[in-house]
Amino acid sequence: MSLDLKNLGYEVEGEKYLTDVNLKLEPGSFNVLLGRTLAGKTSLMRLIAGLDRPTAGSIYMDGIDVTNIAVQKRNISMVYQQFINYPNLTVRENIASPLIIAKTKASEITRRVNETAAILQIEPFLDRYPLELSGGQQQRTSMARALVKDASIILFDEPLVNLDYKLREELRSELRDLFKERNAIAVYATTEPNEAMALGGVTTLLHEGRVIQTGLSTKVYRNPINIEAAKLFSEPAINLIPGRLSQNEVTFDDSVHFPLDDDLSKIPPGNYVFGVLPSHIGLVPNHDDDLEITMRMQLAEISGSETYMHVVNDHFNLVLQLSGVISYHIGDSIKVYLPTHKLFVFDQAGNTIQTPSQRIRGN
Amino acid sequence: MQMNKRKTLGMTAYLLFILVPIYWLLNMSFKRNDEILGALTLWPNDFTFDNYITIFSDPSWYMGYVNSMIYVSMNMAITLVVALPAAYAFSRYKFVGDKHLFFWLLTNRMAPPAVFLLPFFQLYSSVGLFDTHIAVALAHCLFTVPLAVWILEGFISGVPREVDETAFIDGYSFPRFFIRIFLPMIRSGIGVTAFFCFMFSWVELLLAKTLTSVEAKPIAAIMTRTVGAAGIDWGLLSAAGILTIVPGILVIWFVRNHVAKGFALGRV
Repeated sequence: MSLDLKNLGYEVEGEKYLTDVNLKLEPGSFNVLLGRTLAGKTSLMRLIAGLDRPTAGSIYMDGIDVTNIAVQKRNISMVYQQFINYPNLTVRENIASPLIIAKTKASEITRRVNETAAILQIEPFLDRYPLELSGGQQQRTSMARALVKDASIILFDEPLVNLDYKLREELRSELRDLFKERNAIAVYATTEPNEAMALGGVTTLLHEGRVIQTGLSTKVYRNPINIEAAKLFSEPAINLIPGRLSQNEVTFDDSVHFPLDDDLSKIPPGNYVFGVLPSHIGLVPNHDDDLEITMRMQLAEISGSETYMHVVNDHFNLVLQLSGVISYHIGDSIKVYLPTHKLFVFDQAGNTIQTPSQRIRGN
Repeated sequence: MQMNKRKTLGMTAYLLFILVPIYWLLNMSFKRNDEILGALTLWPNDFTFDNYITIFSDPSWYMGYVNSMIYVSMNMAITLVVALPAAYAFSRYKFVGDKHLFFWLLTNRMAPPAVFLLPFFQLYSSVGLFDTHIAVALAHCLFTVPLAVWILEGFISGVPREVDETAFIDGYSFPRFFIRIFLPMIRSGIGVTAFFCFMFSWVELLLAKTLTSVEAKPIAAIMTRTVGAAGIDWGLLSAAGILTIVPGILVIWFVRNHVAKGFALGRV
């Protein structure tokens, strides 16, 4: 089953939630919708599910227009961010419910419920009620209910957000495995770039109700189509420094200069925005063409076993992503090393001119 | 410690204060009329069940209870059947004027039942509904339905909309979802709503008395007509009073854990 979204638009009382969305989802593909809150991820999923009707465009499943087909007849399943189960039914009855509605044979139901429960490791809880389970187990239950029927499209609307970190990692990797043998289309909405990368597959970037870019996750990550895509797909967000490219050097805000390399010299002179990923900047030089900049320490944000170091100078600020917990005094003067061969170059309109990966290919 | 003692004392005094009338009623129901009118006795000297026996053996008495129970049950059933879909719609859908309509429902409660006495009486007499159980039940619906919609709307809004959607995605048709999944989820709300209907309908006297004469005469109406040639039958009246309180106590016992939420119209 393939899914084809054509010129989809959705607005409520004059407020536009989605504009001109065109997407083609292949059978057996794992699709990640990446976007900030209110980017339109949930709206898009609800349209695919048939819970809402688009105000423009149409949806095709296997070439058949299903835009106005009721949700009950679409053969989809959905997992929400909240843990949604039927509290008055046991876990077993919860998982079995789509099969019972579909009038599946009793023996077949038992077999499939047990099988799905085993995959999601909730077998010991089958006779309990959902509210007697932990959050993770409740979400496993709703996932089991979504997976037990052979839905052609399975929608995940940020299903792991309300779970703790360890559990999230665990469920995420299980989820990816679950889809290896299936021929269903999986659509997974998330706000986290890391999650999109971990899940792999095809990533679609959504911003303010529009699709910015779609493609294999790694490709989109390496070659964002514009500044917005680069910002969306980097955590912490990519550092952007306005600068000027002249005949023989690059100037950042009149303060930092460095000579052009082979790749940068291919770009016509002018004003550009230069981007560098927080993980690419270091506190020690590790390449000949690293640019040494003296900055002032502003803030060190510790996230897990990483430190996000915010540094400033009189003209711009940078964020560094460093491994390990590093502490500095605020206001300390430190030298950071910016690899000039790993720069993203965007034009004034925000479109990508050059990405580091293109350079590697160029060499 | 001192504080605790004072609290206990205050509590005891309060309980005594509100329980004295009920105790006195109970006390009288076990006495004979001459003892009630004769001397002040804290406990019946001549303990008797005669009053209760009269009520349970005389159809003109016990049919009063039966009539009351019939129209109260009818009222509860009609109210729930009407209010459940209405409350669901108010909670889940947007439609023109929904907020105004919702508020307007509650304003129905602001008029005293007496206002509706005349129209109901005239209308029911002309369509032949006078002195039937359904007449009283329907008249009471004018007051219980708005309240029920408000209470149920609160309980329904407490159920995430995603549950409905998940059911539809699973393939449930609307009626099947509503009965199989939804009603059990708001069962405490339904219980509380039924309780509030009971509270109104069981206690309401004016409409019930006016819209009935013989066939559907409620117990409260019978109680007001016990002034015989020999004067008021105090003992019998007290026994009837006690028997009128009992169903209320029973119903409150069943919903005691949810009543507070009901008073807040399900919005806790």
